[in-house]
Amino acid sequence: MSVTAADTAYLPPRTIARRRVGLVGGLTVLGGIFIALALLGLSRGAADIPVADVARLLLDRLPFVAIDVAAPASWERIVFDIRMPRVLAAGLVGAALAVSGSAYQGVFRNPLADPYLLGVASGAGLGVAIAIVSPLPIDSYGVGWVPLFAFVGALATVSIVYLAARTAAAVDSGSLILAGIALSAVASGITSFIIIRGDDDVTQPILSFLFGGFNTSSWAKVIAAAPYIAVGAAVIAVHARALNVLQLDEEQASQLGIDVTRTKMIVLAAASLVAATAVAVCGIVGFVGLIVPHAIRMTFGGDYRRLLPAAALGGAALMIGVDLVARTLLEPQEIPVGILTSILGGPFFIFLLRNRRSSR
Amino acid sequence: MIVQKVPAASTAAARAHAGSSLLRVEHLTVHMGGGAVVRDVDLEVFSGEVVGLVGPNGAGKSTLMRAVTGMRASAGAVTVLGKPLASYRRNALFRDVAVVQQLPEAPPTLTVGELVLLGRYPHLGLLRREGPRDREIAREAMVRAGCDAFEDRALGSLSGGERRRAFIARALAQEPRLLLLDEPTANLDADAQAHILEVLRTLARSGVGVLVVLHDLTYAAAYCDRLVLMHHGEVIAAGRPDEVVTPAVLERAYGPRVRVLTHPETGVPLVVPAVGGYPAA
Repeated sequence: MSVTAADTAYLPPRTIARRRVGLVGGLTVLGGIFIALALLGLSRGAADIPVADVARLLLDRLPFVAIDVAAPASWERIVFDIRMPRVLAAGLVGAALAVSGSAYQGVFRNPLADPYLLGVASGAGLGVAIAIVSPLPIDSYGVGWVPLFAFVGALATVSIVYLAARTAAAVDSGSLILAGIALSAVASGITSFIIIRGDDDVTQPILSFLFGGFNTSSWAKVIAAAPYIAVGAAVIAVHARALNVLQLDEEQASQLGIDVTRTKMIVLAAASLVAATAVAVCGIVGFVGLIVPHAIRMTFGGDYRRLLPAAALGGAALMIGVDLVARTLLEPQEIPVGILTSILGGPFFIFLLRNRRSSR
Repeated sequence: MIVQKVPAASTAAARAHAGSSLLRVEHLTVHMGGGAVVRDVDLEVFSGEVVGLVGPNGAGKSTLMRAVTGMRASAGAVTVLGKPLASYRRNALFRDVAVVQQLPEAPPTLTVGELVLLGRYPHLGLLRREGPRDREIAREAMVRAGCDAFEDRALGSLSGGERRRAFIARALAQEPRLLLLDEPTANLDADAQAHILEVLRTLARSGVGVLVVLHDLTYAAAYCDRLVLMHHGEVIAAGRPDEVVTPAVLERAYGPRVRVLTHPETGVPLVVPAVGGYPAA
């Protein structure tokens, strides 16, 4: 259909000319990027291992595949015991942040909602700090209780932010982010207080959490975190069509047969579980939940059934890539990934703000 | 019998020729902020007819529309398709009743086709995905609402009238037997208003019952089978357009600034300003 000048008079043309990538093709491309970055992540580090050898080591582990790998035994240990959990943790966290960001954006009908900007990450961080100073039997790197404390902190934060921003009719977009920033400040303040009052043995782990990083990744952590993220993401995925309807206003959604309040509560809880687990794994990493869903929406469209899997894959790929940069850029020194995503994400957030205003 | 453009039936006669009762409202009262916004309203909509709900701003029309789908607590009885409103489960109600609210919101990047397909939700629920039949129904809804020509356009690129028709198509995708619309013609030019009201007339001919809030009394009189006029929360007149749009009724509801003429050819009432001639420049 040809679009005439008169047709386009109402909005900038970019809202009309929307070329959408097919789901299968798009996921294939994202999957390719993901695999490439993961292989790179497994091969690069203090001891560089050729990518081809990494691929051979991986293929050898597959059932019914036996390849003679002429590689030193130490390589296998480096790939499987050191780098693999780190790459997996980064992938899990990236997927978790992107999926929870997408879910928050849907529930709040606000493209700027993100675990970091809503204060959820700081709330979860406070939960983690409390878990570490609590007399509960957790060593500083263990998981166990940590995600649950983080979950409680995240849930408390998102509830307060939601109630603060909620007026009689709906949730106001601006108030939501402002409430999130305010609550984030409160949670960070309390966390800082805990750090100042604490002994060195609690201060160090809390501080490493705050910066956000994967240097403490382990198989135990990955295995402990994965179920929480999987369950939360599954609950969100089940509500994909409901999230599509919730893009309309609440009245329309309920007149299409959706129990709006109940659906929102369920999705918010699931998103908070996913985001809190991500914080428990690697600390506070900002903006991934903002950047990834936005980029995916621009290429795949806003349908949550396409958005969620694509955002998960894209988030995983991005996080693995950022972690790779974080640990190789200033080798042997590591940059906490949270610092990198903030440097990348802050300007992006401002770009989104400006872009939103000009399209109004 | 086919309902003609000029409605011939009085209220009683409408009952005789029109189909079954789709919506019956009895003694409906809605309290908001201490006072009654809707007071003791009786109303009935039959299949195959367009009923216009008219009245000045603040008369309680929108509140009444919300109350009949349970979006607002009310006292009195609401019966939908012969069953009490309270006995409906949410999904089931909106398989039979579709609502186009006053200013529906949607992301500007959503396409018309995507919006209309969302209307299938009450039939699908949380877990089922839409199949070819649902797409066919959505397609049909777009044809009936007159928006199939721009199915792939983003909502943000539509004109006011096109946008309204897209939301009507979304409602029709629910396959409703009763369609409720709150001011679907507000802020539209004359042609766009007529287009939407023609869509509603055609729907009624196919057996759907339509209850529509309208502001323009001339359009309401021309396109509706019956009118219900609300004032201060109460129904002060109901019946054929020429029974409702009378000087006495309008004076009571709207004050002295409007006059009623009769269309010389069709006999339909026309509402015009009471001032005569053009003001001096």
